[in-house]
Amino acid sequence: MGVSPGIGHGPAYVMTVSVPEPPEGATYTGEADQEKERAMAALRQVAGELESRGNQAGGEAAEILKAQALMAEDPGLVVKMRTLIDRGLAAPRAVFEAFTKYRDVLAGSGGYLGERAADLNDIRDRVIAVLYGQAMPGLRGAPAEPYVLVARDLAPADTALLAKGQIAAFVTEEGGPTSHTAILARAMGVPAVVACRGATGIPNGVRVMADGTSGGVRVEPDESAVADAVSAARARQAALSSATGPGRTVDGHRVPLLANVGGPSELEAAVAAGAEGIGLYRTEFLFLDRAEPPSLEEQVRAYRAAVEAFPGGKVIVRTLDGGADKPLAFLPSSAAASAEPNPELGERGLRRLRRFPEVMDAQLSALAAVASEDLMVMAPMVATGEEAGWFARACRARGLTGVGVMIEIPSAALRARDLLASVDFVSIGTNDLAQYAFAADRRLGAVSTLQDPWQPALLDLVAMTLSAASEAGKPCGICGESAADPAMACVLVGLGASTLSMGAGALAAVRAALAAHTLAQCRLAADAARARTTAAEARAAARAHLPGLDHLGL
Amino acid sequence: MGERKVTVAAEVGLHARPAATFVQRAMKAPMDITVAKMNSAKAPVSGKSILAIMALDVRQGETVVISAEGEGSEELLDELAEIAGTP
Repeated sequence: MGVSPGIGHGPAYVMTVSVPEPPEGATYTGEADQEKERAMAALRQVAGELESRGNQAGGEAAEILKAQALMAEDPGLVVKMRTLIDRGLAAPRAVFEAFTKYRDVLAGSGGYLGERAADLNDIRDRVIAVLYGQAMPGLRGAPAEPYVLVARDLAPADTALLAKGQIAAFVTEEGGPTSHTAILARAMGVPAVVACRGATGIPNGVRVMADGTSGGVRVEPDESAVADAVSAARARQAALSSATGPGRTVDGHRVPLLANVGGPSELEAAVAAGAEGIGLYRTEFLFLDRAEPPSLEEQVRAYRAAVEAFPGGKVIVRTLDGGADKPLAFLPSSAAASAEPNPELGERGLRRLRRFPEVMDAQLSALAAVASEDLMVMAPMVATGEEAGWFARACRARGLTGVGVMIEIPSAALRARDLLASVDFVSIGTNDLAQYAFAADRRLGAVSTLQDPWQPALLDLVAMTLSAASEAGKPCGICGESAADPAMACVLVGLGASTLSMGAGALAAVRAALAAHTLAQCRLAADAARARTTAAEARAAARAHLPGLDHLGL
Repeated sequence: MGERKVTVAAEVGLHARPAATFVQRAMKAPMDITVAKMNSAKAPVSGKSILAIMALDVRQGETVVISAEGEGSEELLDELAEIAGTP
């Protein structure tokens, strides 16, 4: 499945995440001193590589990697490992147990420190891989040329150090259109293919070409095939860039095209891509990896920067969406155990903020400090009209005027009218709406077909919300990844979406697709899609009414 | 034995990166260095072990006691106190 368009080719770099656990009680033959020296050499090698990669990366990455290098040669760890070898354990098992001891201590602390346990796992796996003579897991050097990063799946931590110039394409076995890999790849403007079975079986260094539009992955393609694919992609890009200006259909129906922005570093790309504002400003970047919430001043600065990047354009800021895959040290889960058994269905988003009103108060105060008619505020994970009313009152008490909520839970879509009664606008998050409507974890490749935004049930929930907004005379935007699909963008406009918001990289294609069709064509495409019973049929039926897509190569 | 009491100012406490800077300096010193958390039941740990220091779980605003003995220890303690107290 292609999730970030473009052609990428280069040598495969396979991130092996599965370093096996050395068997319990494994012993060695030979001298203890030799076994210790073997283990020490592996630790030194890993520490050295982490350190040198840190020096190459520079900046913040250098500090992180140097700290990891110190962990690899930690004297306490070394003593523990030597003791275990003296007791007869083989070097890999001794390394495993010594790391596990520290890992458990850190993991038990939870929060920021708990997250460092993953760093230790990573170092441990590298050391064991060296001892077994395996390829190193997940080490990223300064490559001679951009490589195709192949992995089972990529966590945000895996990708923290990646730079656009290093990566020709991403190919993962797991994941769907809304997985972290997909979102990150689109933000970086790097082609990506997900849910590609068997990809990690590609040998390291073998040349690979990935087509992030069609989802095709070719191993050892011949040069002419690469040249053809690249020139076709260029021609497509040229066709897309022919559409300029604000979003509208060919007959002049205006649909502002906005950007989803995850932090200040993405503002520039959004402006450059011609976004007319921000449809979803995720504020988690201010809060992640911290022991305390950010200060009022820091928040005010961040929100002001967003508003100033889009003079005259709307900026919709979403309040903190903590919980689930975004744990925050200062917003602990209320579950008795340290983790919720089912965090996607737990206390996250607005639910979590209701239990920590001081955090939301501080965020709303910071937003009120930069309030203008262009600044709007919305809450994530709202399930009922009562919750929407509670949030709206909290915002209005601070003088905030543009107040909205996300529609990403089926109950909210079903009773959108109740939610709209107390807010000024709603915005549909199609990723989570699909996750909850189909009971399909958005990070799980095995159920990714249920995450398909063309699923008729999802289209119905979206249509239901849009018609409730239309009856209420209030705007309803789309800020899920589905808006980034040019054909779906036309359908959403046909269903009545007032704005579309997406990763900056998708704006050109969506702008071109809208500019190639009339509003009537979009409506016909929407009706045709909803009349079908499967996602594939819905998509095909919509496309039959959107002939401009083929001309654009979309 | 010399010692310094320092309140940790870094936002992430004496963890990962701040701890790394501390340990990098401590490792250059020939003598033993210990770090303990004030008013804590946890035993002092080696100032040369980043994992042990991280495991102390010293948060922003908490105070640690750094101890060392021997020639040059006063200067060393001053330097380490400076590192631990840096925001």
